[in-house]
Amino acid sequence: MTRLITRRSVIAAGAAAGTLTTLPISMVRLAFGGTREDFSFTYISDSHIQQIKGASFVRNWDMGLKRAVAEANLITPEADFVMFGGDLAQLGKKEELDHGAEMLSHVKGKLHSVMGEHDYYLDLGEYWSKLYGPQWYSFDHKGVHFVVLNSILTTDEWTFHRWPTAEQRMLEMAGLDNPNGSPFMVGEKQRAWLKDDLDKVSKDTPLIVFSHSPLQKIYKGWNFWTDDAEQVQALLQPFKTVNVIYGHVHQIQYNQIGNISFNAVMATAWPWPYPDTYAQAGAHVPVLTVPMNRADPFFERDATGWQMIDVNSGRITARYQLWDNGERVVGYDPKLGKPVDKKYQEAIVRKAPQLHY
Amino acid sequence: MARVANVWKSVETTLVALPLAALLAAGGWAMAEPLGLPKLPVPADNPQSPEKIALGDKLFHDARFSIDGTVSCSTCHNDKKAFTDSPLRVSEGHHKLTGTRNAPSVINAAYYTSQFWDGRSISLEDQSQHPMVNPVEMGLPDHEPVLKIVREDPGYVEGFKKAFGKSGRDVTMDDVKKAIASFERTVISGDSPFDKWYFGGDRNAISDQAKRGFDLYVGQGRCVSCHAIEQTQALFTDNRFHNIGVGINRIQGDVPRLAAEFLKAKAAGASVDKTVLADPMVSELGRFAVTNSFDEIGAFKTTTLRNIAVTAPYMHDGSLKTLKDVVKHYNEGGKSPGDPTPVNPYLSGGIRPLDLKDQQIDDLVAFLETLTSPAYVTAQTK
Repeated sequence: MTRLITRRSVIAAGAAAGTLTTLPISMVRLAFGGTREDFSFTYISDSHIQQIKGASFVRNWDMGLKRAVAEANLITPEADFVMFGGDLAQLGKKEELDHGAEMLSHVKGKLHSVMGEHDYYLDLGEYWSKLYGPQWYSFDHKGVHFVVLNSILTTDEWTFHRWPTAEQRMLEMAGLDNPNGSPFMVGEKQRAWLKDDLDKVSKDTPLIVFSHSPLQKIYKGWNFWTDDAEQVQALLQPFKTVNVIYGHVHQIQYNQIGNISFNAVMATAWPWPYPDTYAQAGAHVPVLTVPMNRADPFFERDATGWQMIDVNSGRITARYQLWDNGERVVGYDPKLGKPVDKKYQEAIVRKAPQLHY
Repeated sequence: MARVANVWKSVETTLVALPLAALLAAGGWAMAEPLGLPKLPVPADNPQSPEKIALGDKLFHDARFSIDGTVSCSTCHNDKKAFTDSPLRVSEGHHKLTGTRNAPSVINAAYYTSQFWDGRSISLEDQSQHPMVNPVEMGLPDHEPVLKIVREDPGYVEGFKKAFGKSGRDVTMDDVKKAIASFERTVISGDSPFDKWYFGGDRNAISDQAKRGFDLYVGQGRCVSCHAIEQTQALFTDNRFHNIGVGINRIQGDVPRLAAEFLKAKAAGASVDKTVLADPMVSELGRFAVTNSFDEIGAFKTTTLRNIAVTAPYMHDGSLKTLKDVVKHYNEGGKSPGDPTPVNPYLSGGIRPLDLKDQQIDDLVAFLETLTSPAYVTAQTK
């Protein structure tokens, strides 16, 4: 089967080389004898739409999401579906969720969404669920089992009316170095649901799990952390091929724990630096071998972007669409048994940071 | 080292007031750059020579290289109009056909790392050949008529012999391109009032209003981020491509269709060079037409600001008539005042509303007016 593809990663190689014309969409025969089709989906995340007053919203965050939607809509053929990775809102307001949802309504194709903590504080996710449905659920697509989790649950401080308003909850929880609430977690109830859900799935069915916070412990000080990560991982480990894709960290990260490959996605709002300067004993910061592409404060979109996720034999390749810089590709290396940078723009060929003024 | 004046025949008419010293150095040309400019980049395979420059000057002004004998390079890059065709919005080719883009000045084009508004040529040499065979510019079917003229015209036979040591029949388009590019490399401009003030230390070279404008240029106006000024030189360009919200409003709702159709045509062999000047809608895809990158939709090259006060109208489509209009466009965050088009999602990340007041806009314009080299003052459009 051949079809025209205008995906930026492919066309960047040049029409003259003939790379425009084919997409490997062959049916892949897996070891257990089943067949499944390669496919792609779009991943947009962490837009942090912020209301200033009335109909006035922070322009920069709006522009990041608008641009991601506009670019993702240019993909031909259309991706199979679109994921939104959470933190659509910034201050946990209904107006922000509505404004963000209006922008997301322009995406072509089916939209799935992950709960972010900024979306949650309004009313513990009730209004978000009216827009996007259950906070955790699963679905099957072309031979892959997808699971969407809410990984930003905390010890329920607000049950005791400690922080009665959305804004208070946001202020207490959003601090980078000293969030006053408990660390994020998936929680016992959801883990039980996950166990039930996965019990029905063959262990050689590839899994792709979406969460907002990483289902691994990266850096507690910044809440780049899910407290019951090991318990969730234990439920995923029996499966032959497992991918976890998470937002929240606003940067490109990848990691391998046992059988589970982890990929982070970029934000459309702003990039975080990797917090290695904050590293301290017990932080369990995974080795980040490749630094984030340039982040130049002048160019608002720099080191932000969106992703195309290619699924091939159940393994994912993340194609990071970096604005103002070349695409970066992270994919699974079967020989090494972990994700690696397949295409990385070295400093010498990147667009240089502003050197004047 | 003696100043060689005779080879600057036409150049002197426009650059006479510049402190250009064309110096014969051992083994070739060395040119002292005007104040404010870096060393002139010259490709290793096309060193400057007085003979080549004189030949290029003649080729640049020869209308016989167009299908109807009316259009030369200098038609759109008129040395009496700061090497533009001001005040035309978009250029006129043979038989008065109109293109889709405003003629950029040749002045300081030698410093660009790519040529054309979308950078589809990587050198002056490569750029010079394209308008001759563009269907709406000079309209030749191919370059054979050019070669026939330069191989048979006695003046050119003599000129190519002096410049390249070749007899008429051996002259190639490569030689033609090199000669034109060599001439264009002499069209440089610095030594403006700004240069005298900023690099030369003359505190009275520009007005107090222009100095206030400079503060805005490097501060609240954010202009310097793309129109760069460095410690010892100022090209006023970052040699990059940005979507600044000009022209894209004409195709915004149609981008997915236009992009898909353009890529399909390109894959089938359509010429980018011809398509972008023939189709006003496709033209607005900008740099995307060259790179196929979604993040360069509607992006065009940052032009130099030198002599900007004498090269109206402005932008790749000539849609803004005055410098004040330009500053107002940026002040609105990449939208011209009153433009009802929804916010352009492809806008470059550096473009944002500036909150400049009317007086500040006037100050910024006053600063931009200090970037005109004395030789170009008379070229100002009235």
